[in-house]
Amino acid sequence: MKPIYVDNNATTQVAPEVMAAMLPYFREYYGNPSSMHTFGGQVGPKVRKAREQVAELIGANADEILFTSCGSESDNTAIRSALASNPEKRHIIISRVEHPAIRSLTASLENQGYRVTEIPVDSQGHLNLEKLQESLTPDTAIVSIMWANNETGVIFPLEKIAEMVHRHGITFHTDAVQAVGKIPINLRNTTIDMLSLSGHKLHAPKGVGGLFIRKGTKFSPFLIGGHQERGRRAGTENVPGIIGLGAGCQLAKKNMDQENSRVRKLRDHLEKELLYRIPNSLVNGDPLQRLPNTSNISFEFVEGESILLMLNEFNICASSGSACTSGSLEPSHVIRAMGVPFTMAHGSIRFSLSIYNTREEVDFIIDKLPPIIERLRLMSPFGSQGNKAACTLQ
Amino acid sequence: MWEYTDKVKEHFLNPKNIGEVENPDGVGDVGSIACGDALHLTFKLDEQGRIADAKFKTFGCASAIASASALTELIKGKTLEEAEKITNQEIANYLGGLPKEKMHCSVMGQEALEQAIASCRGTEVQKAEGEVICECFGVTDKEIERAVRENNLKTVEDVTNYTKAGGGCERCHDDIRKLIAKVQGETAPEEKKPLTNIQKIKLIEETIEREIRPSLRQDGGDIELVDIIGNRVQVATRGACAACPSAPITMKNLVEAKLREFVSPDLVVEEVSS
Repeated sequence: MKPIYVDNNATTQVAPEVMAAMLPYFREYYGNPSSMHTFGGQVGPKVRKAREQVAELIGANADEILFTSCGSESDNTAIRSALASNPEKRHIIISRVEHPAIRSLTASLENQGYRVTEIPVDSQGHLNLEKLQESLTPDTAIVSIMWANNETGVIFPLEKIAEMVHRHGITFHTDAVQAVGKIPINLRNTTIDMLSLSGHKLHAPKGVGGLFIRKGTKFSPFLIGGHQERGRRAGTENVPGIIGLGAGCQLAKKNMDQENSRVRKLRDHLEKELLYRIPNSLVNGDPLQRLPNTSNISFEFVEGESILLMLNEFNICASSGSACTSGSLEPSHVIRAMGVPFTMAHGSIRFSLSIYNTREEVDFIIDKLPPIIERLRLMSPFGSQGNKAACTLQ
Repeated sequence: MWEYTDKVKEHFLNPKNIGEVENPDGVGDVGSIACGDALHLTFKLDEQGRIADAKFKTFGCASAIASASALTELIKGKTLEEAEKITNQEIANYLGGLPKEKMHCSVMGQEALEQAIASCRGTEVQKAEGEVICECFGVTDKEIERAVRENNLKTVEDVTNYTKAGGGCERCHDDIRKLIAKVQGETAPEEKKPLTNIQKIKLIEETIEREIRPSLRQDGGDIELVDIIGNRVQVATRGACAACPSAPITMKNLVEAKLREFVSPDLVVEEVSS
C-alpha cells in the first residue's frame, strides 16, 4: 500500500519539476561557481536565477537573499549577526512557541550571559502583543518571532509585530520556514529585517535554505572562510540544492492558490469529520488564522505515540507532539504553552497536507482513525468516559 | 520512530489481558495522566494461592502497553512470593528489550505489581519516604536511589530513562548526580588485597601459559619466565621470537599487556638473555 503522507510540515516530497531542474547540475554542469573557467562560469547565471526566484516568492530583491544550508542555519545566522552587530545589547526576545532552532540557540546564548524573554501565547496560540510591547527595551538586540507555528499552523500578525519592533529601532527577524510557499508574503510591504526559509518545506530538497537580509541591515557572517555569497557566507555553494530551492519557490508561487483553496478544503474536511466522529477531540490553535494545510487535533485520554503507531499500521504517516515521540518526557512545548490540559496534550496529532494529498487519502484517514482512538480509550484507565462523552464539534 | 523489537510490536498491536478482573484480589494503580503514562493492574488468585487471572488498563505509549501486557503474562500461574520477585528488567527481557529511553515503562509495571501484591495481602507498599528531587515528575531521592541500586545506573540520563526524574526542567540534575555517586559509593567493590609473592608468581605463570604462550607458539616462538623482582617480570625469548626483530613490540603489546590485565597493572616486562 502506498503511504499516505500527511507530515508535510516535517518535510515534503521533492516535486518532479524541482528534481528535473536539479539533475543536470549533478551530472553535466557540476562546475564550482567560483572557478574562473567556462565550466564553472556557466553555473553562476543559474544560481542568480534561483536567487531571483526565491526573492520573487517573498517580495524581496535578489541581492537581499543569502543561500544557507537549512532553516536552522538561517535562524542562527540572523540572531548571531544581530548580536555581533550590537555588541552593547544583551537582550533577546522570542515567543514561547518558537521552533527548537531558535529556542535551543537562545538557551545556549542565555548560558553565555544574554537575557532572553519568551512572549507567551493564549489558548488559541495567539501571541500576547501587550507583553511583547512591554518587553522591548533599549538593551534589546533582536526580536525573533516565527511567522507560522510548525505544530498548530497558527499565523502571527507579522507585519504588525515588525512595525511595533521597528518603532523601537530593534532588529526584527522571523523564522518563516513554515509560512513561505503556503501563504502570500510580500516583504516590500513590511519592516521585517531578516527572514528564514527552508527548501525541504516547499517541495525542494533538504540541505538548502535561505535568509532574507533587508538592504541596509547591519550584518556579520556566521560562517567565515571564502568570499562566496558576497562575503556573507563562506563555503562552496550547494548548486543543485540552490537551483532546487529556486524551482521550489517558483512552483510554490504557482501553487499558492491551490494550497489556499483545495488543500484548505481537504484539511477542513478531515478536521470536521474527525471531530464529528471522535468524541472528546479538539483542534489546537485558532480555527481560522492558520496555515491552510495544518491541523493539530488532541484526542483526550489517549497517548500520541500509540495513535501514530497504529496509524502507521495502515501506512498513514502523521506526527505527534506527544512526549513519547520526541524523546523528551513532556508533551510539546507549543501545546503546553497554549494551556491545553494534560488529558488532551499527550494525545495530540498533527496532520500537515500538501498539494499531493487527495480526497481518497483523507477519507481513508477519516475511516481508520476513529476505531483506533476508541480501541486505545477502551485500553486506558481514564478512557472509558472518553468514548461515551458528547462530541465537541462546535 | 523508536526501534521496537517484534515482541514489543506484537504486544502493543495485540495486547494480552486487557480489562479488569472481576472482584480482584489484588489491585495496583501507578502513574498519572499528567506524567503521560499510567497503569491499572488487577489479578485474582486461585484456591492454591496462584495468580489465576490478571488484566490491565494502560494509558501510554507502545512500550507502556507492551510492558503491561508482558507483565500480566509473566505473573499468571505464579504465587505471590514468586510474582514479587519479578523485576522491571525481566519485563523488558520478556519483550526482547526496550529502548533505553523507555525503561521507565517496565519500572511502572514492577511498581504496579508491588502495589497489587500489597493490596492482596492487605498491606500497603512501603512507599519509601524521602525528599522530592525531581519536581517535574515528583520523584524522590529514595526512588532514585533504589533505581540506581537495582539497575546499576551510572548517569543522569540512565536515571531519567528508568524513573523520568530529570526529564523536565533539568534543575535537579546536580542532585541526581550526587545520589548516583552516593549509591555507587555504597556498592563499590572492596579494594583488592595485594597479592603475596607466591600468589603473584603463580598468577604470572598461569597467565603466560593460558593467554600468552599459545599465541607465540602459533608463530614458532615462545618465552620463558626467568625471574620476578618486585613488579619487574624478566622473561627470555625462545624459538622464532629469539631472532624476531619485532620481539620488543611483542613484549610490550602482548606479554606486558596481558600480565597487566590478568595479574597487576603495575607490572613491567623486561627481556633478558638466559
